[in-house]
Amino acid sequence: MLRLGFELARRGYRRYAAYPGATWAGVFTNTFFGFLIAYALLAVFDSRETVGDYDARDAVTYAWLAQGMLMTIYLWGWFDVALRVRSGDVATDLQRPLDFQGYWLAHDLGRALYHAVFRGIPPFLIGALVFDVLVPQDPRVWLAFVVSVTLAVVTSFAFRFLFNLVAFWLIDYRGAATLAMVASTFFSGQIVPIAFFPDWLALAAWALPFAAMVQAPIEIWLGHAQGLELLGLLGLQAFWAAVLLLIGRAVLAAGMRKLVIQGG
Amino acid sequence: MVETLGIYRRLVGSRIRSQLQYRLSFALTVTGNLLLSGLDFAAILVLFGQVDALGDWTVGEVALLYGISCVSFALTDLAVGQLDQLPRMIREGEFDQILVRPLGSLLQVICADVALRHLGRLTQGAVVLLVAVAYVDVTWTASRIAMLLVAIVAGAAIFAGIWVAFSSIAFWLIDSQEVCNAFTYGGNYTAQYPVNIYGRWLRRLVLFVVPVAFVSYFPALYVLDKPDPLGLPEALQFASPAVALITGAAAWLVWRTAVRRYRSVGS
Repeated sequence: MLRLGFELARRGYRRYAAYPGATWAGVFTNTFFGFLIAYALLAVFDSRETVGDYDARDAVTYAWLAQGMLMTIYLWGWFDVALRVRSGDVATDLQRPLDFQGYWLAHDLGRALYHAVFRGIPPFLIGALVFDVLVPQDPRVWLAFVVSVTLAVVTSFAFRFLFNLVAFWLIDYRGAATLAMVASTFFSGQIVPIAFFPDWLALAAWALPFAAMVQAPIEIWLGHAQGLELLGLLGLQAFWAAVLLLIGRAVLAAGMRKLVIQGG
Repeated sequence: MVETLGIYRRLVGSRIRSQLQYRLSFALTVTGNLLLSGLDFAAILVLFGQVDALGDWTVGEVALLYGISCVSFALTDLAVGQLDQLPRMIREGEFDQILVRPLGSLLQVICADVALRHLGRLTQGAVVLLVAVAYVDVTWTASRIAMLLVAIVAGAAIFAGIWVAFSSIAFWLIDSQEVCNAFTYGGNYTAQYPVNIYGRWLRRLVLFVVPVAFVSYFPALYVLDKPDPLGLPEALQFASPAVALITGAAAWLVWRTAVRRYRSVGS
């Protein structure tokens, strides 16, 4: 089982590694946006010292972490499952002697590793050359960050898997998928740190599963969550990953019943 | 020219009719795009929840920058957004078919489809622009309204030039779509904020290379009667149409050069 998962992850990795040109073009774009967001956030600190627990250095570090993690977390543009449902290929997939959700999860973890190394690290390094970014000194923070990013990928995958399944019920799933991506992009802290939100909105963001996808690992990197609080944050991520994966399985089962009736 | 316009109208008309066939899906998609495009503005509002000004620009003034840029960009997106499909057209040999037809290659690529879902972005931008116009402390004289309209048209032309020029990279590097995105979508994002908050290299880039400063920043300075925080010559506030012409001409040259050196993938 583990061996199979590893093989699938390798395929996920290789599928994205096949286009190095596209990877470098993507690094260029992430870097460009990293600059834009860093400058926009820095303009806030012209007139004040801190926003919540963010100072200017935290904000700049946030900008480069968020851009670096963008492709790894992959909130946008993943329709692999929806496409297979629409084309009907999912019927064959479901006959295979392996778990459908587990198959795609393993594949996605492989993809995430590729994107973390080749789309994540280069923009961050460029940002670190130009701006004064914060780099944790404590190896335990690094370890917690890696665990947290992994949990963030699983949570993000579980959510993507879920909204892809809309294709069982809607021929054109794109509208519904876009609405899902709008929610995840905003409430995850992908475009502005949740600490900048008004209190009521920040409360809502932390009550939703999306903060576990982007903001949680960033808080750990910045050292805003330490000790028990850090463990609590990791626990929250694990909780949402498990809940969303389970909902995904339930919805898949419902979709399969519908598929059987239709194909009848 | 008139004949070409007639062909454009008929090609685009058929694409529009085809998309209106599935109304619920269409409504969902437009709504989704409206909200997606609104995310950038939500981010601006979040920042202004913390401060009263960004680089000496108030929330109404930044909303004006945002509105001008967003409406211009949405118009461009509707008109030439199909250029994003160029790498696929080259890879799949579709571009070869285009070259043998007796019609300009650029026109054909642009008309290959018109994505009405981008109406979401146009609606969202127009709403922000109208609210900004009502909100900012400006006496709306004829010359200011004229400047606003000129800015939108010139801005759309500048974005179109950028889109055509950077899409042409695909003729050299097929995997380069993301680089083009940095200047088209990234250009729109850049023009939504005041140029004076950016670092020096980025300010130079948006003034001289990818001239999105002329989409929103300079026209807005005129409309708001605001002293330029960068202290640049006032004449630049009237330069947008000229910059649009130069960008358009440069883009056309790049496209022509690129198409001339194009060799089919041969598969």
